[in-house]
Amino acid sequence: MWHNIFKIASKPDNIPIVGMLLLVFFFWFLSFWAAFKNDRIRRAAAGRPRPEGGKSKGDVVDVIDFMYPEEEQGLPKKVSCWPHLVKLEFVCAIAVMALLMFWSIPIDAPLEEPSDSTLTPNPSKAPWYFLGLQDMLVYFDPWIAGVLLPTFIIVGLMVIPYVDVNPKGNGYYTFAERPFAILVYWFGFFVLWVLEIVIGTFCRGPGWMFFWPGQEWDPHRVVAEVNINWNEFLANISGITALKTETAGLLLGIVTILAYFGLGTALPYLWLKRQEAPIIHRLGLIRYGVVGFFFWTMMALPIKIVLRLMFSIKYILVTPWFNI
Amino acid sequence: MLTEQREKIKEIITESQVYKSIFRRGFEDTTKNRVLAIFGNVFLHLHPPYVKRHALKFTHSWCMGGITFLLFLVLCFTGVFLCFYYHPDKINAYRDMKYFEYDVPFGVVLRNMHRWAAHLMVITVWLHMTRVFMTGSYKPPREFNWVVGVLLLVLTLLLSFTGYLLTDDQLGFWAVTVGTNMARATPLLGHEGPFGEQLGVTAYNDIRFALLGGSVVGGNALLRAYVWHCVAMPVTAILFLAVHFWRTRKDGGTAGPL
Repeated sequence: MWHNIFKIASKPDNIPIVGMLLLVFFFWFLSFWAAFKNDRIRRAAAGRPRPEGGKSKGDVVDVIDFMYPEEEQGLPKKVSCWPHLVKLEFVCAIAVMALLMFWSIPIDAPLEEPSDSTLTPNPSKAPWYFLGLQDMLVYFDPWIAGVLLPTFIIVGLMVIPYVDVNPKGNGYYTFAERPFAILVYWFGFFVLWVLEIVIGTFCRGPGWMFFWPGQEWDPHRVVAEVNINWNEFLANISGITALKTETAGLLLGIVTILAYFGLGTALPYLWLKRQEAPIIHRLGLIRYGVVGFFFWTMMALPIKIVLRLMFSIKYILVTPWFNI
Repeated sequence: MLTEQREKIKEIITESQVYKSIFRRGFEDTTKNRVLAIFGNVFLHLHPPYVKRHALKFTHSWCMGGITFLLFLVLCFTGVFLCFYYHPDKINAYRDMKYFEYDVPFGVVLRNMHRWAAHLMVITVWLHMTRVFMTGSYKPPREFNWVVGVLLLVLTLLLSFTGYLLTDDQLGFWAVTVGTNMARATPLLGHEGPFGEQLGVTAYNDIRFALLGGSVVGGNALLRAYVWHCVAMPVTAILFLAVHFWRTRKDGGTAGPL
């Protein structure tokens, strides 16, 4: 059972993935440890007198003022860059170069047979950092998985600073002050991006079929094609055969997608408005809409995965030109 | 006696016209000299003269931005040497890989280092972005630098991807075939994408054709990947890196928001 996992993981080009997983876990732990520590300090600092020379004013506590242990409180807040920072950069550079040397000497970069356009390997895989996108092809057509969603990922990342109107947590680790932002980022990066890469690398075998880690890759495995579209699924459970027609499929698909984005954005808005949450005033309608659009676009992936795996649903919207 | 001589030699060196013209400052560890060490050096002056003490800790910055830049330099350096031997055509490309393996002095280490540094750089860019997110360092006034950072992330991935084809082996060839097949499905611009057919887009004039210089991954694709990989994208990356560092200095980096 471990043979197959080891065979995949020890491929030279897959070693970075194993390294990445360890690094991501480590830094995930490190950042949350730092965030929770700062949150604790902030809570404890509420009653403490402000350290001298700090930036805290009135009720506004600058957590950085409190981040140093007691015995370092008197020391200056700033140090000269030369030699303190330059020295660290130098040491760090040497360490990375040493690591790279030790990695480069024993482990050779992969080189397979000369390229041959008549000999297609099965499975053919993209470079490992794009395997998340390749795995999305199972759930979305290429124009969405390969073009639209990557574009949305890039644009979505770019708009983050312009839609995150929370002024807190600027320049230090914290969780309590911005839980929503951090949870969304970690869901997108850790769960969707990294997990999809792991699935694409370790669980996708010949024909891009799903194999559990350790299961031998059998290229002759037969998988029954039972996928149905959203309108057929609704027709089956409701018993209304009229829903199976193309027109009904088109209309149902449009209604479902509009309702998904419309209700998904409108309901939290109304709820927050009812709660008189100050965030809604700071965001404004445009920023809120942008957040809602990108958030629900991101969530469409796990939702589609669940729909496919549990109900074998292939498309939500079927048109003569494209399918979603 | 010895100390006296040493002091004298030191004085001769540091007072000489040559030394002064290069370093412009003395040896003494004074505040002024520490600041001058940063200000007077074209490479170091991207640093602020002072940084917050907590920002020096590894647990704060993870050193990821610096490591990423170091890896970029390593890639430029090893890349230049790889370029000395590599021919971007279908006849020679794969042979040159074998040439690296068996003939070029340190060719194996050179190629290994270039490949592993590239993979590592992809990882460190992601971790750098994660760190910047976790410390909220994209918040005002540093919003634009985050945007530049996202562009650099995309460039890193594209640099890595174009380099994948250059070995001209089965691994690179099929990875790039799979990758560029996605371009077929581009809405409006790809011949298999939504509304592509209606606009008269075929396999011979769509966006994939523009990327590959043909309808299959062949010699032209190799040449295009080579030019993107070795010239166009590194130059673009260097331009954005300059902006990234400049804005770090102006809007705040390790020093916190300015």
